[in-house]
Amino acid sequence: MTAMVAPGQAPDLREPKGWRRSKNRIMTTLMVVAFVLTIIPLGFVLFTVIAKGASIISWQFLTGSPIPPNVLPAGIGGLWPAVLGTLLITGLATLMAVPLGVLGAIYLNEYGGKGWLAALIGFMSDVMTGVPSIVMGLFIFSIWVLHFGYSGLAGAFALGCLMLPVVIRSSYEMLRLVPDPLREASYALGATKSRVTVTVVLPAAIGGIVSGALLAIARAAGETAPLLFTILTVTTANPNVFSGPNTSLPSQIFSNATQPYVGAQDRGWGAALTLIVICFILMIAARVVTARFTRYSR
Amino acid sequence: MEQPEQNVAAQTETTTELPKPAALQDMQPSDVPVSGPTVFETKNVSIYYGSFRAVTDVSLAIHENEITAFIGPSGCGKTTVLRTLNRMNDLVPGARVEGEVHYRGASLYASGVSPISVRRRIGMVFQKPNPFPKSIYDNVAYGPRINGIRNKAKLDEIVEKSLHQAALWDEVKNRLNKSGLGLSGGQAQRLCIARTLAVEPDVVLMDEPCSALDPIATGRIEDLMRDIRSQYTIVIVTHNMQQATRVSDRTAFYSVLRDEKSDTRTGVLVEYGRTAQIFEDPQDSRTQAYVTGRMG
Repeated sequence: MTAMVAPGQAPDLREPKGWRRSKNRIMTTLMVVAFVLTIIPLGFVLFTVIAKGASIISWQFLTGSPIPPNVLPAGIGGLWPAVLGTLLITGLATLMAVPLGVLGAIYLNEYGGKGWLAALIGFMSDVMTGVPSIVMGLFIFSIWVLHFGYSGLAGAFALGCLMLPVVIRSSYEMLRLVPDPLREASYALGATKSRVTVTVVLPAAIGGIVSGALLAIARAAGETAPLLFTILTVTTANPNVFSGPNTSLPSQIFSNATQPYVGAQDRGWGAALTLIVICFILMIAARVVTARFTRYSR
Repeated sequence: MEQPEQNVAAQTETTTELPKPAALQDMQPSDVPVSGPTVFETKNVSIYYGSFRAVTDVSLAIHENEITAFIGPSGCGKTTVLRTLNRMNDLVPGARVEGEVHYRGASLYASGVSPISVRRRIGMVFQKPNPFPKSIYDNVAYGPRINGIRNKAKLDEIVEKSLHQAALWDEVKNRLNKSGLGLSGGQAQRLCIARTLAVEPDVVLMDEPCSALDPIATGRIEDLMRDIRSQYTIVIVTHNMQQATRVSDRTAFYSVLRDEKSDTRTGVLVEYGRTAQIFEDPQDSRTQAYVTGRMG
């Protein structure tokens, strides 16, 4: 089908009418619909949590302690024990999982090669991603809590086990994206393998590694199930993360949401909004850090 | 007591040396008939990737302070041979070298030889400019730093000197802390050359350093190669025969040997000699066909 052009006349370069044009329109519409469908649940969640939780948020709500008994109305006491618990437990889990996960990814991509050990570790890490979080909680319960009792540390173990495969996978993908010519340039200057990894590969991938790690942290900060069997969810602040029962925002939300008392439910909504804001701050931090670390990549 | 007298004698000798006649200074490098000491000597080198024999039977000698060009059609193994000279092929899984490769009398593939030590003396510039995603300064200072130089003043000096040698200083002196990735292709390649020169290597290997560059940038890099020739030994792989005639003192022509039975292609060194001889008076009919453009 060749368009005929009369001599001396400019050719018609517009998109021809017909099936191709319709197909383009249909697909564009489908994509817009899919996008809107994705946004709707997010919008509803945010709207509901803000509508029900915003009114209870106050400085006293965030910093007051202890968490009042469920029968008391909103406006008394605060959620500081849960905020503190979430920050401590998630922080400790991060200290365990992120260095280990990044080192694991470096082994898989830079050192393991096609060896059987690297293949086995990669496979096991993928399997670990699929372990339900409540199973991870039960696992820590049986090997740690039964012997040493409830503690923030036990909760951090459970969260760390959940974060580890995510950190390994996201860091691995980032390291894989570092172009080989960069490695070769470094080798050609007489760098050792460890030098190449530390001075070229890691800096080139650090932006992606950091944002992957922060996503894993945000994910872990919102986990409830692994904490149910490991920290016991108490109402008083416990700044010692290594011993004694602790509490956290997600487990607090869980215990408040099952209560018949209006005050407790309101505190649950407030805790939910607090948790969302904490995760949101982490996401923004991820963006800022990524932008800062990749300042030389453009 | 004898020592000072000897020194005086040496000094008088150098001062009485006559300046080179103008005619000799203007001569093309390829016309100078004297050979420097041998830097590389390869004997019957074959290179394998797994069971695939990529290049076979390469024997040549590369001389100090000369530019040696490797030319030949695609797939003839010239890059493979080049990467054998600083053990870059060690990074390719399954790569293996047979035969002897000597660098200033030492065997490069003897047991116990560290590829790290080899590459600190024998630098490499790659086909595509590959600056690190770091600042221009950090790119050039990278090599000296991994060699343990921490002194800021010393690093500043090395960076400036290397960028001068690579004819890039004037273009980047006001933006040394800007990203090396923001440079144009030609500038980026000169940055990579500066980065290589910063570790003061003995030999610079160049793998088609101008293939991604326009003629002006290519001309700059060729000028720079001529400028640094007196201090370094350079081996360059090029697809561009004019480039070989313009810059090199010696040329090695590689070709592809096809085995019809097993349908495999193996690179061979066809002819090696002074550039003028290779292009004007080739001894092998395949060289003749290639340099006259009758064969791809």
